[in-house]
Amino acid sequence: MPGRRFVIGVPYFWLILFFLLPFLILLYISFVDMGNDIHPFKSLWDAQTGELKLKYANYSSLFRSGEDGELFETMYVEAYLRSLWYALCTAVLCLLMGYPFAYFLARSAPSVRPALLMMVMLPFWTSFLLRVYAWKGILADQGVLNQGLMFLGLSAEPIQLLYTDVSMLVGMSYVYLPFMVLPLYANLVKLDVRLLEAARDLGASPWTVFWLITVPLSRAGIIAGFMLVFIPCVGEFVIPSLLGGPENLMIGRVVWDEMFISNNWPRATALAVLMIAVIVIPLAIYYYYFNGAAAEPENES
Amino acid sequence: MADKDATAGYLVTEKLIKNFDGALAVDEVSLSVGQGEIFALLGSSGCGKSTLLRMLAGFDVPSAGQILLGGQDMVRIPPHQRPINMMFQSYALFPHLDIWENIAFGLKREGLPKAEIQQRVGEMLDLVQLNDYAKRKPHQLSGGQQQRVALARSLAKRPKLLLLDEPLGALDKKLREQTQFELVNIIKQVGVTCVVVTHDQEEAMNMASRIAVMNRGRVLQVGTPEVLYEHPASRFVADFIGSVTLFEGWLSVDERDSCAAMTGIGEIKVGYGVSGGMLSMPVAIAVRPEKIGISKTRPAVSKNVFFGKVQEISYFGAYNSYIVTASDGSQVKITEANASRQDLGGFKREDRVFFWWDDHAGVVLRD
Repeated sequence: MPGRRFVIGVPYFWLILFFLLPFLILLYISFVDMGNDIHPFKSLWDAQTGELKLKYANYSSLFRSGEDGELFETMYVEAYLRSLWYALCTAVLCLLMGYPFAYFLARSAPSVRPALLMMVMLPFWTSFLLRVYAWKGILADQGVLNQGLMFLGLSAEPIQLLYTDVSMLVGMSYVYLPFMVLPLYANLVKLDVRLLEAARDLGASPWTVFWLITVPLSRAGIIAGFMLVFIPCVGEFVIPSLLGGPENLMIGRVVWDEMFISNNWPRATALAVLMIAVIVIPLAIYYYYFNGAAAEPENES
Repeated sequence: MADKDATAGYLVTEKLIKNFDGALAVDEVSLSVGQGEIFALLGSSGCGKSTLLRMLAGFDVPSAGQILLGGQDMVRIPPHQRPINMMFQSYALFPHLDIWENIAFGLKREGLPKAEIQQRVGEMLDLVQLNDYAKRKPHQLSGGQQQRVALARSLAKRPKLLLLDEPLGALDKKLREQTQFELVNIIKQVGVTCVVVTHDQEEAMNMASRIAVMNRGRVLQVGTPEVLYEHPASRFVADFIGSVTLFEGWLSVDERDSCAAMTGIGEIKVGYGVSGGMLSMPVAIAVRPEKIGISKTRPAVSKNVFFGKVQEISYFGAYNSYIVTASDGSQVKITEANASRQDLGGFKREDRVFFWWDDHAGVVLRD
């Protein structure tokens, strides 16, 4: 049916227009040899011979600095690993904070749920930048938190919180928490309460019910929330620049610097392409191996 | 009454009340179930039968009253510590665990040694004949098989009391009859005391030795299927169990071994006395459709012969069903067994017919 094909076609068209096409442009630039030119959009084909010339050095230089450098001992590899590590920490923190919250939300009376959900979304109504700046005000040496601690006599002098790992992780988990809560909520609200009662009936304590029934059955929500937090966090630029320390160079910042300070677009795009590969390849493997499990009904009603 | 016999009293509820925000879901229910008995709670949805069951399981806390099982008070014991297991409506099998794990779930919580769990799950799989399916997931099984897994899971811990919540509700009609017998056989084989909740009177009558009919949180009558059908205590029970025609009227004759009521179609004679009856008190005479005869010619009986007009005829294969409009306009349900292969008993719509019944067929109802 043409109508049906059209309906399915629309999202594909969108994906191609807004995802695949920009990615192909990135991929193209990442192989360009810019030379001393200021303009990155150069042909990949030699003007005289018509030969395809790809500058692989844009990639290889990410892993080895200079001719004699040790493999993988570059600031880029370091920034990648650091980004993945902080994204992982953020996702774990969001899961630890978000799961009880989503569980509480899903178990609350249906009449109060819209109001509670609204409160999850409410921060989105104010500027993201303002909210991150607000954390600066809270975490600064003369900020609300330190003032409070000193007033209570819990510390004699201000504790350095801002521009550390702590402030960066606080900021990132704060901003990304709703992306964990919402998919978890959507999953937990569908959880059949009778399954929990059946487990109780068979002698499981409330805690055992949670670990043996609730958590395994919300696996899809946990994975979705984890991905939604982890993936954007890897490339996060604004929060680390505003709240993180100077030594916490993350890959988003490196891409920015290559693009706008070094004006080395091919290297910046190569970094970006690699980042996508780092995220997409494990994801693709995951989906390939767990497709059978994912196709199973999570909740039978 | 049957509920005062010698075996009764294993499961006892005393004036059990459940109050949901001012609405009485269960209203002073006192029941007594004997050890090894299959007892049914029958009623339409919202009658409180499910709330009663949930209180027995421990998921709802009674507002007042007592639950005693083998003399032990259950009210304060949380559900996971009660020696009671439930087979849930549409089974509530754990979708992420295979059949073996589903059945072993309760045994593992008891902390039994591995070998014993292995052995008892094996026994349960034998009992419900699902040995070949141990490694399947619930959604890979048919509805009937899932039902047997649910039964095995609820029996695995050898509960003192088994609760069945609409055990056959999720099955289609054909499968239901066959499954019913299997279910009863297995329960009797195990010998566990059992309370079944159902809205299906046939299911209750087939499975249970006694039935409590519930309406609006109250138990209206407890009795064997025969007692409920032949001697209903109230209009509600007479109407709820099986099909019936109620003739409303007042008591016109009240003697020791017979009575009569004056109704819209005339005086109806009943072959037994009403204890504590008073002349001219309002009563209803209930008559089951299969106990009423129908013919075009006047029958050779003298009592309870009335006249009417055939309004509806339905052919059900095993029997024919008629609705006859009586002289006062009331509609009388009559069924006639289809003993010989005949065409609808030779009746047509609008035929003028006689209908009659024996004076022992009618039941006098006061409530």
